[in-house]
Amino acid sequence: MKNTAKKQMSKSTRSNLIMTGAIVLVYIVSQIMIAGGAMSNLMKGLLVPLCYYSILAVSLNLTVGILGELSLGHAGFMCIGAFTSAFFSKATVSVITNAGVRFTLAILIGACAAALFGGLIGTVVLRLQGDYLAIVTLAFGEIIKNVVNALFIGIDSNGIHFSMKDAMALNLSEDGKIIVNGPRGITGTPKDATFTIAALLLILTFVIVTNLVNSRSGRAIMAIRDNRIAAESVGIHITKYKILAFTISAALAGVAGVLYAHNISTLIAAPKNFGYNMSIMILVFVVLGGIGNLKGSVIAAVVLTMLPEYLRFMQDYRMLIYAVILIVMMIFNWNPKCITWRKNHSLQGYFARLTKKTKKEA
Amino acid sequence: MSFLSYLIKGISLGSVYSIIALGYTMVYGIAKMLNFAHGDIIMIGGFVIFTITSTLGLNPFLAVLLSILLCTLLGVVIERIAYKPLRNATSLAVLITAIGVSYFLQNIALLIFGADTKSFTSVITVPPLKLVGGNLAISGETLVTIPLCIIIMVALTTFVKKSKTGRGMTAVSEDKEAAILMGVNVNRTITITFAIGSALAAVASALMFSSYPSLSSTSGAMPGIKAFVAAVFGGIGSIPGAMIGGILLGVIEILSRAYISSQLADAIVFFVLILVLLVKPTGILGKKIQEKV
Repeated sequence: MKNTAKKQMSKSTRSNLIMTGAIVLVYIVSQIMIAGGAMSNLMKGLLVPLCYYSILAVSLNLTVGILGELSLGHAGFMCIGAFTSAFFSKATVSVITNAGVRFTLAILIGACAAALFGGLIGTVVLRLQGDYLAIVTLAFGEIIKNVVNALFIGIDSNGIHFSMKDAMALNLSEDGKIIVNGPRGITGTPKDATFTIAALLLILTFVIVTNLVNSRSGRAIMAIRDNRIAAESVGIHITKYKILAFTISAALAGVAGVLYAHNISTLIAAPKNFGYNMSIMILVFVVLGGIGNLKGSVIAAVVLTMLPEYLRFMQDYRMLIYAVILIVMMIFNWNPKCITWRKNHSLQGYFARLTKKTKKEA
Repeated sequence: MSFLSYLIKGISLGSVYSIIALGYTMVYGIAKMLNFAHGDIIMIGGFVIFTITSTLGLNPFLAVLLSILLCTLLGVVIERIAYKPLRNATSLAVLITAIGVSYFLQNIALLIFGADTKSFTSVITVPPLKLVGGNLAISGETLVTIPLCIIIMVALTTFVKKSKTGRGMTAVSEDKEAAILMGVNVNRTITITFAIGSALAAVASALMFSSYPSLSSTSGAMPGIKAFVAAVFGGIGSIPGAMIGGILLGVIEILSRAYISSQLADAIVFFVLILVLLVKPTGILGKKIQEKV
């Protein structure tokens, strides 16, 4: 028993070390490239997005791959993290002048707010199963986006004012300022998100999820995924573990939202960035990277975020090519004929045959 | 009077949703997949009618017929190329493929028809009906939409219940393996289902764009999602469920747009869906799923 436990420990530590090493390596290489002027502006602009897309993919993989529930509302949690933290940063930008302290607090606030909503929504949603759960998470994501779009918040000397109608209904006094301006969102959030912080947060996310997966709770969560009734009958508290996984996943998506909000100057809740399209894009990362495979999620997020940028030379055709690549990759991955073809033509198999032949000859 | 006119408008929009939802629910029942590209077939149908009537100047009725034909063909081709190779793969893989198809259709429409929003000319020439001394006006689109929806519903129910192919569909959705043993050609049944679903999407596109004329490459996505919600509302896989769900959804949407807030209308629609699913986890007319170890 003790032996296996030790092996498990080393497995998660090794996995963490490999990923941390890889991220640090990429980080150092890109810093050298920036210093040497070898990196294009396009790539420089992509560094932070790559990190938050990876965080989103890893966190959604916790729900989809480890917990085994299809969620189509992940962008909603990102939206909550983004708006609460951007609100905080903009409100306190003159009070807390140290960007590091302010951003740390913003990350904590974004993560906590997303976790709170994750817990609440999880309690409601996780009673449903399969495709019903998928559609309800989609519904929650859309509700969050719509409500944020209709939200007006302002601050003056009397405190925080809040309205769902328009900016005039806030009744701000002379010294007041509007922070969340309905469909026009939050403008002028301090650009606190740097590549260093984003890379650190990605490592942190990866460590949190890997350690969770290899812990007692993680094994309970996977037991629920594999057979809910059997897991229940051996005394695993289904609701507790489901909500645990869902909440952590939401909190991490909130962290990605914080990075997103502090990387752009105007934060609006458009269908493009917080609608179901975004949730689906994250799901595409998870499925193409391998369901339940955390490293795969990071790789898929990086490759699929860069792909449309590198297809730019094809101009109008790039999204079309992206769609075709997506379909072809899914068929290549899952079609039974393709699976047998891959088995017969894999490099491993080729080497195995080669060594067999040489043995025979010998 | 205004409440009544909103209600009628809601039922009209709901009828369009229920026609789209039928396509979703039938495909889900038989292929057990969420066909995310269904909404984009509506958009393609809209563009086909738009092109034929505005550039070729053909009769609108003929244009709708051609659009139905083309969409049916498109649905069958998509099923053959993208979904058939993944017949026994995990549902997530099929879902992502459907999303890929959706991206593909949207971007191909963007390439062919451009990014600007087109204004769709109504294909319905029925004059509006004025009741109660002109206080209550019912548009010609509504006068066509609601009866057409009822006709489609009755015809489809009869087809599924009485015809051999229709009973084959029920058999495949109940138990695929057993249906094969009974001599049902599963591949053919699935193809027919996609054909019917896509044809209905084309009909829905003619009705929807006649009432809501803005047409762009993404204008099929939101109605598609809402119809999907309607299908879940009524119990996914059930034909009368899709009808009830669609009409409920349309009425809730129009009424909340009129009386509460036009911005929050979609949020309210989704909120009602969540409430319904919490009380009845498989929708209004959905079957209870039995679980075995």
